[in-house]
Amino acid sequence: MSLHRRGWLKAAGAGLGALWLAGCDRLSRSPGFTGVLRVAEKWTQGAHRLVTDRNALAKEFGPEHISTDFRANGTVRPQNPGYLALLAENFAGYRLVVDGLVEQPLSLSLAEVRALPSRTQITRHDCVEGWSSIGKWTGARLSALLDRAGLKPEARYIVFHCADTLDPFATDGAGGYYESIDLIDAYHPQTILAYRMNDATLPVRHGAPLRLRVERQLGYKHAKYVMRIEAVASLDRIGRGQGGFWPDRGYEWYAGI
Amino acid sequence: MDDRGTEARSIPMARPARPRTVLVKRHGIVTRVTHGLNVVFVIVLLMSGLQIFNAHPALYWGEVSTFDSPWIAMTKAEIGDEARGITTIGSLRFDTTGLFGWSGREGAREPRGFPAWATIPSWRDLAAGRRWHLFFAWLFVANGLVYLSWTLLSGRLKRDLLPSRDQLRPSHLAREALDHARLRFPRGEDARRYNAIQKLAYLSVILVLLPAMLLTGLCMSPGFNAAAPWLTDLFGGRQSARTFHFLSAGLIALFVAVHVAMVVASGLWNNLRSMITGRYAIQAGEPPR
Repeated sequence: MSLHRRGWLKAAGAGLGALWLAGCDRLSRSPGFTGVLRVAEKWTQGAHRLVTDRNALAKEFGPEHISTDFRANGTVRPQNPGYLALLAENFAGYRLVVDGLVEQPLSLSLAEVRALPSRTQITRHDCVEGWSSIGKWTGARLSALLDRAGLKPEARYIVFHCADTLDPFATDGAGGYYESIDLIDAYHPQTILAYRMNDATLPVRHGAPLRLRVERQLGYKHAKYVMRIEAVASLDRIGRGQGGFWPDRGYEWYAGI
Repeated sequence: MDDRGTEARSIPMARPARPRTVLVKRHGIVTRVTHGLNVVFVIVLLMSGLQIFNAHPALYWGEVSTFDSPWIAMTKAEIGDEARGITTIGSLRFDTTGLFGWSGREGAREPRGFPAWATIPSWRDLAAGRRWHLFFAWLFVANGLVYLSWTLLSGRLKRDLLPSRDQLRPSHLAREALDHARLRFPRGEDARRYNAIQKLAYLSVILVLLPAMLLTGLCMSPGFNAAAPWLTDLFGGRQSARTFHFLSAGLIALFVAVHVAMVVASGLWNNLRSMITGRYAIQAGEPPR
């Protein structure tokens, strides 16, 4: 191949590459294109519901597999004064509020939550960033709690309001952490409100006093510092309307992959 | 016997056959369309995949991340008062400033696994990278299924891609390897079919690497893990599956690089035309090498 031709090919390749990069960046900024990409979330969720039994369990491990270096992400110590006051007295004054579309709103102390039917499971926690750790969790079955409160027929989602403000700079009041799941995951046998981790009281960095475990989804769904559980018919009016702190910021609401 | 016959007989028999260009049909419409789409899909998947990798630019073996001992990691390190990009592979350390770990324009460098020009989008945005990746993963699978079912049902996989018996003789393979090394490509009638090395390369990508991408990708899904935990076990755990996902993506990138180089070296325009119009030019009557 002549040098002239090689130079020409190189220039053409570089030009195409630059065009490609600029095009992809432009599309990434376009709300219309992002809307198109987002339909994949529905395909994934539909496919998962199709191939997975709704009660299929996430894999559980033996105690020898528990990670000694389980990483804590997001908030590791909430700075909200209300939370710090509760922490100072070891959550003696903590109340878990259950309200929204329920027949019987509840306000439970930690002792009452611990008295609910419980489950212990050793599961793998998969962060959206790509890392995994295995931990042992003990907590109240969410299904038992929801049965106690009694869901109204129009309830479709369970929302978890948390004590931590992960984005203090959000000017629209949507800086607080929250998450939500549908009723299939809410009634899944492994969905628990964990108060123990690795045979000890749940540490603050992992979400004390209560942390949602919703195995079969990525880490950010596992809301820490849960203060209030709300049954709703629609997620539109909560936060920025996407069903969670991270979903409000471009991540999928259904985090099955 | 008529005049024409006499004329024909008068042509000297020793005259060499002159090669002439013949356009043969090489690629069917399904191959051309799915290949074209695959060019876009695979590039998007590779680049958005690197964006996702950059969220935690380290890889492990086994079920979980052993944060102290990744087998490969790209990090930013302060050496003296200067920031450097450091890539570790096992106990080996490489300074990869500008490429892995710490890259960007001088003065505007940032800590990131792969550099901006290798990721979609170019800036750090895991959420956007995931949207691109998961959407195009579906398209890639649909496209692959169309191609595979068509190529199997039409018998083309066997006809065009399975090496024929004569191509698998060791002497033939040795000669092909030598020809490849010298960038000498089949001519004349030999150019009508793919050579054996080419066939084996295509087959291993179509039947091994691309399915491996899909299977290891599915292992990244905690939802799918609940449906088929054995699949993740097959790869040795979730973090091993992530490692294999990365490695097979690397092999695909390597294949693409060699494939494009071969396309250029063996006749860029002829190859491009065959993938666009389906017609490939060979020199009929040219003696094979």
